[in-house]
Amino acid sequence: MTEIGKALPEDQITGHDSADVAPPTARVDAIAVGGQDLVAESATAAGLELKARSQWSYARSRFIRHRAAMAGLVGLIIIFAAGAFANWVAPYGYAQIDLTHLYAPPTLSGNHFFGTDELGRDFFSRTIYGIRTSEEVGLVVAIASSILGVIIGAIAGFYRGWIDNILMRITDLVLTLPALAILLTAAALWGSGNQWRIVIILALFFWTGIARIVRGVFLSLREKEYVEAAKAGGAGDFRIMFRHILPNTLGPVIVNATLAVAAAILTESALSFLGFGIKPPTPSLGVLISEGQQDPQKWWLTVLPGLVLVLIVVCVNFVGDGLRDALDPTQRRVRA
Amino acid sequence: MLTYIARRILYSIPVLFVSTFLSFMFVSLAGDPRQNLLANPKLSHAHYKALFHTYHLDVSIPVRYWYWLQDVFEHKLGSSLLTSQPIWPDITRAMGHTLQVIGIAEIIAITLGVAVGIFSAVKQYSIFDYLFTTVSFLGYAMPTFWLALLLQILFTDIYLSYNVRIFYTSGLNSGVTSNTWSLDRLQHIALPVATLAIISFAVYSRYMRASMLDVISTDYIRTARAKGLPERLVIMRHVFRNALIPVVTVAALNIGGLLGGAIITETIFSLDGMGYYFIQKLGQLDVYAVMAYLAITSLFIIIFNLIADVVYGYLDPRIRYD
Repeated sequence: MTEIGKALPEDQITGHDSADVAPPTARVDAIAVGGQDLVAESATAAGLELKARSQWSYARSRFIRHRAAMAGLVGLIIIFAAGAFANWVAPYGYAQIDLTHLYAPPTLSGNHFFGTDELGRDFFSRTIYGIRTSEEVGLVVAIASSILGVIIGAIAGFYRGWIDNILMRITDLVLTLPALAILLTAAALWGSGNQWRIVIILALFFWTGIARIVRGVFLSLREKEYVEAAKAGGAGDFRIMFRHILPNTLGPVIVNATLAVAAAILTESALSFLGFGIKPPTPSLGVLISEGQQDPQKWWLTVLPGLVLVLIVVCVNFVGDGLRDALDPTQRRVRA
Repeated sequence: MLTYIARRILYSIPVLFVSTFLSFMFVSLAGDPRQNLLANPKLSHAHYKALFHTYHLDVSIPVRYWYWLQDVFEHKLGSSLLTSQPIWPDITRAMGHTLQVIGIAEIIAITLGVAVGIFSAVKQYSIFDYLFTTVSFLGYAMPTFWLALLLQILFTDIYLSYNVRIFYTSGLNSGVTSNTWSLDRLQHIALPVATLAIISFAVYSRYMRASMLDVISTDYIRTARAKGLPERLVIMRHVFRNALIPVVTVAALNIGGLLGGAIITETIFSLDGMGYYFIQKLGQLDVYAVMAYLAITSLFIIIFNLIADVVYGYLDPRIRYD
């Protein structure tokens, strides 16, 4: 997600209906923030001609001004790019053994920035391959669970009645389960160490938060006049749900999906660390840390991959906070 | 209020049954307990039949759930299929250890978290505030297992380099005897307690700060200041007490989740608590032991959800339950 504008085509959002229901605070904020330079900008550029700016361009400028979020975004792009292009970035192969350099501490010679392990495998390269797995898990789980949550929340909020009742009871039930224990059980019994099975298990667990948010928005928006107008115009349920109401939930959904990336990466690494998640030979930061733990005196084997993990999560959280401020000004700034 | 509590309890009972039933289906479908018996070469075909019958493994899973429920109530969670040992003594022993560790960690985390949250909010944007906001942000982002390992590595290396044993890095006691409150025990549980306390502290101080700032900006605080109340009284009597409400809820939910054992921390420090027990049994695919654990943990979560709601209503009179 480099820029919000790119991730979400403008025509999807600038429709009349979304402007209609933008929360009042969002508007006030947008005007206060962007109004002045908008006038100044276009006045100097083309006389007195005014250029229309969508909600999303306000959001974009709010995000760009958020320094921590931009720093997080840059950090995340660097880390994720390193992971995505691991084949080119990593100086050595993932399982390349070098028996002449066993247990080398971090050093610049031979590009062993993170040292080597008991088989002389370069830990920097292994970490980068681990990042690739983490980012795949994080992104796919976030996208899949958001889609699932949006569909369930939309159906529950739009149709209400018994469908809503059943779906929300299921959501409550998922929330009362001991999450880590259930995930561990599921991963132990069905995961079989496979990355994509773990992804599916995580996605099936992560949708509840988004479902609740989407349901809440749908419950209030389904009563609005523009929905009635759409209905009078002959729009079907499906069109009303996904074309008219859904765009208004995108702000919170995007924020939650971003934070879900961090949560999924952390959970996956914890499962893998405990030996129930992704198993070798698939590279995973959790597995690397658990292997490194065998020898406490070779501190770099545990500390450095963990540091990368912390860095990823901090960056994602910064981006999430920035997106929240940009897209959802009604929410509190401090995540609590 | 009382009718609300009664209704919530009545509502929790079916939730607990449905949740254990789903867990049971889920665990039994995936980890067939018969595999363990069939793997034993000493048993004849007739033996299998007899064993399956005594353990009710020859019936469908929903019926097995019914037998399991009877076992839970009549024989205190029944016994393990793998070892034929009763589950109850193991669980109660592990529970005691978990309670000790979680209790100490939560008391430390709540005290420090609330105190730091208050000071951060009162001195917003001061160095103190920035320092602890950063600490809690890092604590939020840090994987528990990594924090635990850092502490373990640090103290193992101190021991190996200087031969000084400050804290032990695994187990509960040095000898075979188990003393609940001894220096030896405290040296053993110090690191797990520190791990859990740091993680919880990050959560509590963040919530406390946010909720203090919320309350400070309300009208009645301006009124309190306008009528000339000393700032200390404004903060302690008017802001603090109201800001505490959301933190109490978070703490109740957090403790409810943790009582099921801090799975990761206990595993790393080989601490014989609920979480450690669960990981052991899950590794052996001991279906009924895993089930017993899941049932007890779900029960804790449901109870503490209820406590959180009731306490919230008690502390905040604007909330009316009827």
